[in-house]
Amino acid sequence: MLNKLARWSRIKSPWILHLNSGACNACDIEIVAALTPRFDIERFGILLKATPRHADVIVASGPVTRQMKDRLIRIYEQTPNPKFVIAVGACAMAGCVYRGSYNILGGIDQVIPVDMYVPGCPARPDAIVDGVVKLLGKL
Amino acid sequence: MKFQIPIGPQHPALKEPISLRMTVEGEVITDADIRLGYNHRGVEKVAEGKNYIQNIYLTERICGICSHSHSTCFVQGVEKLMELEPPKRGMYIRYLVSELERIHSHLLWLGVAGHEAGFDSFFMYVWRDREIVMDLLEMITGNRVHYAINTVGGVRRDLDEAQKAKILEGVATLRKRSEYYLDLGANEPSFVARIAGVGLLSLEQVISLCAVGPTARASGWDRDVRKEDPYAVYDELDFEVATADTCDVLGRVVVRIKEVLEAYKMIEQMMKNLPDGDIACKAPRKAKPGEVVSRYEAPRGENIHYIKANGTDKPERLKVRAPTLGNYPATVEMLKNGFIADIPLIFAAIDPCICCAERAVTLVSARTGEESVVSTAELRKLALARTKNAPVKRNAVWPL
Repeated sequence: MLNKLARWSRIKSPWILHLNSGACNACDIEIVAALTPRFDIERFGILLKATPRHADVIVASGPVTRQMKDRLIRIYEQTPNPKFVIAVGACAMAGCVYRGSYNILGGIDQVIPVDMYVPGCPARPDAIVDGVVKLLGKL
Repeated sequence: MKFQIPIGPQHPALKEPISLRMTVEGEVITDADIRLGYNHRGVEKVAEGKNYIQNIYLTERICGICSHSHSTCFVQGVEKLMELEPPKRGMYIRYLVSELERIHSHLLWLGVAGHEAGFDSFFMYVWRDREIVMDLLEMITGNRVHYAINTVGGVRRDLDEAQKAKILEGVATLRKRSEYYLDLGANEPSFVARIAGVGLLSLEQVISLCAVGPTARASGWDRDVRKEDPYAVYDELDFEVATADTCDVLGRVVVRIKEVLEAYKMIEQMMKNLPDGDIACKAPRKAKPGEVVSRYEAPRGENIHYIKANGTDKPERLKVRAPTLGNYPATVEMLKNGFIADIPLIFAAIDPCICCAERAVTLVSARTGEESVVSTAELRKLALARTKNAPVKRNAVWPL
């Protein structure tokens, strides 16, 4: 019964944490644009949260710089279970144009497990909304 | 009692990873320290391995908000190196996109400033209107954020009559809204009470700390590359440099909205005088040996690219000085003697673009001429010495 309630509330109102792991800001402004009136991700009950301890879903962008690697792992560990990670953008998937640089690891999945990839450079807000909603369908 | 507050790299007040360390005494900040490097992707090194055409796409991805600024600045420099004379129509379209980008960037900032001041409905209104300019950019270039319209010697897409009409229509709507925001930003009592007198930066400080862009113009320092060193089409356009003399966050809000209004004026002039002809000329693959400095007025201030060519199809060196880097010393001064609650507002007021500014820099002491570069071998020696002497860590606290 309690499990059912938890599952229901998780699907109806997942809270997301936006995390920039060295992205160029393009995916980040598109994530913020997804929260604003045109795309309005709040109609799915999704709220942007500031701390990983409140979040269910980590929306991460960027190719993971060496400096951010440890912080990324730490933030992932701080997020309570069950947790999900969405990698937004081409560089969060494989490094995009920065691939081969000395300071990047080339993708979120090199560091933490990823549940959903949203491609695009940058991903459009509609694609991000679609990605989050498809992840909710999986729950 | 003095103590330090670490803010970042992941913090609700910051959208990007950067670490600020505030030394506070009670509520008052006595010292601030900015730590960079969380977003360093080694773009300059990657650029050395790509040819000029590929580098347009790379420089565009230095920053997502001022993407057109970086690629235009780079392309301008390459055109100077190759001694190209791009056709006028191409230039008009290129700088039309750069003015539209200025509008999108300033509206974005205005929303964020409203959000940081606790005026969330303002944020939502501004971002709703920002979608109009995003639609125009998407119509002209085919993409919302990374436009990819520049090429060496011109632009890649032409405009037609229907698109021109749509641009004028969009600009007319935006002008009406922006005038309302100027009224709101400068006169709404609760909003003004929050932002007036916060983050003071005097004109003398602006000059001595080399602040750039709207941060400097809000303190009455009317410098604008478009006016001082007019590149491409800007000597044919009639516009004014927006300034304010309140030296605080209120001034920065007013300057940015005024700049947006000037941008509408410029777009209308560009649409009226759009010349006929080609949009691009043919460019050679290689550039002659030489070096060039390219200047561009990005939404955040003066953007400088230095390109050195060695006769091949790849640059030997690309150096990027983004406007945010020029504003960091001024930010530290602004934060001093401020309150903890004002940190997000003051920091947001310079419109920080951290990913722009994350370049490797060499600090040269003005007194001794000493450089602060550490070689790999030396760094390795330091690291080995540190691990040897470090105590065994159990339940180690993660370093900030």
